[in-house]
Amino acid sequence: MNTTTDSPLPPLDRHDVEPVNSAKLRQPLYAARRKIFPKRAEGNFRRFKWLVMAITLTIYYVTPWLRWDRGEYAPDQAVLLDLANRRFYFFFIEIWPQEFYYVAGLLVMAGVGLFLITSTVGRAWCGYACPQTVWVDLFLVVERAIEGDRNARMKLDAAPWSAGKLVKRVSKHALWLLIGVATGGAWIFYFADAPTLLGDVVHLQAPMVAYATIALLTATTYTFGGLMREQVCTYMCPWPRIQAAMLDEHSLTVTYNDWRGEPRGRHAKKAASAGAPQGDCVDCNACVVVCPMGIDIRDGQQLECITCALCIDACDNVMDKLGRERGLISYTTLADYNANMNLAAPEGRLDPTRVRDSVTGRFVSAIRHTSWRSVLRPRTLVYFVVWAGIGLGMLTVLSLRAPIGINVLHDRNPLYVMLSDGSIQNGYDVKILNMTTQPQDMVFSISGLPGATVTTSGADGTASDEIHLEVEPDLVLPLRVYVKAPPTQATGQIDFTMTVTNADGTVSASTPVRFETPQD
Amino acid sequence: MSTNKNTGKPVDDLSGVETTGHEWDGIKELNNPLPRWWLWTFYGCIVWALVYTIFFPAWPMLSSATTGVLGYSSRADLTKTMSEVQVGNQAVVSKIAELPVADILADPELNRFASAAGESAFKVNCTQCHGTGAAGGPGYPNLNDDSWIWGGTIDAIYTTIAHGVRSPTDPDTRYNIMPNFGADELLDAASINTLAEYVASLSGLEGGVNTPEGAQLFSDNCAACHGEGGIGVTDVGGPNLTDALWLYEGSLASIKSQIEKPRHGVMQAWSEKLDDSTIKELAVYVHGLGGGE
Repeated sequence: MNTTTDSPLPPLDRHDVEPVNSAKLRQPLYAARRKIFPKRAEGNFRRFKWLVMAITLTIYYVTPWLRWDRGEYAPDQAVLLDLANRRFYFFFIEIWPQEFYYVAGLLVMAGVGLFLITSTVGRAWCGYACPQTVWVDLFLVVERAIEGDRNARMKLDAAPWSAGKLVKRVSKHALWLLIGVATGGAWIFYFADAPTLLGDVVHLQAPMVAYATIALLTATTYTFGGLMREQVCTYMCPWPRIQAAMLDEHSLTVTYNDWRGEPRGRHAKKAASAGAPQGDCVDCNACVVVCPMGIDIRDGQQLECITCALCIDACDNVMDKLGRERGLISYTTLADYNANMNLAAPEGRLDPTRVRDSVTGRFVSAIRHTSWRSVLRPRTLVYFVVWAGIGLGMLTVLSLRAPIGINVLHDRNPLYVMLSDGSIQNGYDVKILNMTTQPQDMVFSISGLPGATVTTSGADGTASDEIHLEVEPDLVLPLRVYVKAPPTQATGQIDFTMTVTNADGTVSASTPVRFETPQD
Repeated sequence: MSTNKNTGKPVDDLSGVETTGHEWDGIKELNNPLPRWWLWTFYGCIVWALVYTIFFPAWPMLSSATTGVLGYSSRADLTKTMSEVQVGNQAVVSKIAELPVADILADPELNRFASAAGESAFKVNCTQCHGTGAAGGPGYPNLNDDSWIWGGTIDAIYTTIAHGVRSPTDPDTRYNIMPNFGADELLDAASINTLAEYVASLSGLEGGVNTPEGAQLFSDNCAACHGEGGIGVTDVGGPNLTDALWLYEGSLASIKSQIEKPRHGVMQAWSEKLDDSTIKELAVYVHGLGGGE
């Protein structure tokens, strides 16, 4: 407000306001992606990531080609999802659709495993084993091989278009597409006999769905691994939100230990001579340039951080050169970090001299370092016991289950039929399951219903208390069964048993069945 | 909390990002911009939807909808699938048309196909009288049991279905008629009583009395159709009176009523309505219900 009495103008209120659509006020509603040029890291975690990458990619590409002899009646592919015939083969295990609860069990294990891993080592899945991470790493290998490391790539990106740039770019994208095709190609082999399907694909005789799957997975692999990268993790994936909520104060996470790093500075000696406290961080930004997510871990724990630990490698190398202890950035628990922080900044002001012995220059003994204690604690042990218990339980059930089965459905209309001699007949739809890969001679019999006889539809009508069957391998034999009980036995509802036994009597399966009679 | 000098909106101190100004129990929403590719994905979806309406049936018009340049319709799809199935079944269907019904029964593959086809034909044509489970009811035979008025062999069942029972339009129909012993005064009331008690005694029904007079009356009046001793004659459709099953109610009163003024069921000759293959399929299905001979 500007008011003067001697002004010719009448007193005015001057307001501090801008129109809502002023150019000054506009901020972007949509942010363009900022390019990230991760520098190659060297160190223990990088080596571990190479190892994980080699193992996971090998598992993915090689598994469909493993063979497993199941005899002449079943496929010899070790891992096969036979959707057409509703069979799932996994080495010595064969799952039928009605046994889908094993898959539910696997999902429960995956859930508990997620709790276990996250409460122990944080977002380790994101940093090491997630396909997005593994394939981005693979795509970066290609990118570095063709365009060079960070500085060369930035230079190339800024350079005007030329023949050389075109060649590099085209060959990079071509190789990425090739990886994409290989990825999509490997996927389809899980669903059919791999050698046969490969031949069909090459000779353009595979079903349309195979080519569509390859095309789709090629597109997603190329787009996610090559073009979108960190955008997938930050914006598309729910995992960062879910996993972050499962961390506790004893979970290991990639942490910048500012209790020893701050105040950071590029001119440590000058600062020291001036008597100012000086932390270990020399602000070289090595941790930022290696980050595939393009973030600065020194800003603290962030949603974008996939905990790949490459910043730890980068910083450790710098600390080695400076002759300081490794671990300025390290896997640390929040509890340890807070304890150290309290030591370094009891009054809220960081003083890195408080964490070091003034004589030896080493950390004082009260400083907490990462230890295996954080891994072995009640919460993680409980998770592990539950996880392993479900796994062992499923393995036990799988190994003990009978390879033959019987399902029975009693006729609902009519419930019973009276025959001319006064005896009562009940009809049943019986399904005999031969879950072995060999043809089986089986015997179907009933027990618990005195004087009763069984016949099957279409048979010659010879009544006895058992039926001999030949069941084809890996198939269900539907059987229409009539059970006839004499009038003297047929009163009320009678529970009895239907049993199917293999030829030598070693394996059998039974089911309780009800026999209905007229109710007066 | 500071404010953005340009926009005047509150800025989160920790992240330095503007907030939307909304607050829930102290939790504030950061106003981070969405990624631009997200916007393009959104536009792409809109374009896709529009292109889709060009290729597939979509826009409602006055009397119908646009058909789309691909000409797709789920009805045509169904017709195509159905005709493919029919072509695939052609071999079995023609075999069923050619072979006698006994051969169809003997061939497991044909038997399976015919049973399934016969079941659906049964549900359409037969359940009105015989019931969905073919269990029948008073006056309508139960097809699950082993008692057959006109014979339970596959050929007999086939003939019964094809020509019906007492069909007024088919000269080859299953036909018999039981005299009105009471209504037409062929027997007096006492004789009918004695006869009914004798018949009831054949299967041990309550009130049954086996008397020489009754046996004599039966032999004179009934045995021609029901057989000596009442064991039935399927050739003429004379029901077995010695077993536990009764087409009408199994009681002395019902037997007496049937002798006085018999009821007669009628089944149409299905060859007038269904083709021969369907009748064969029905015969196979009925034969397989549990009582086929």
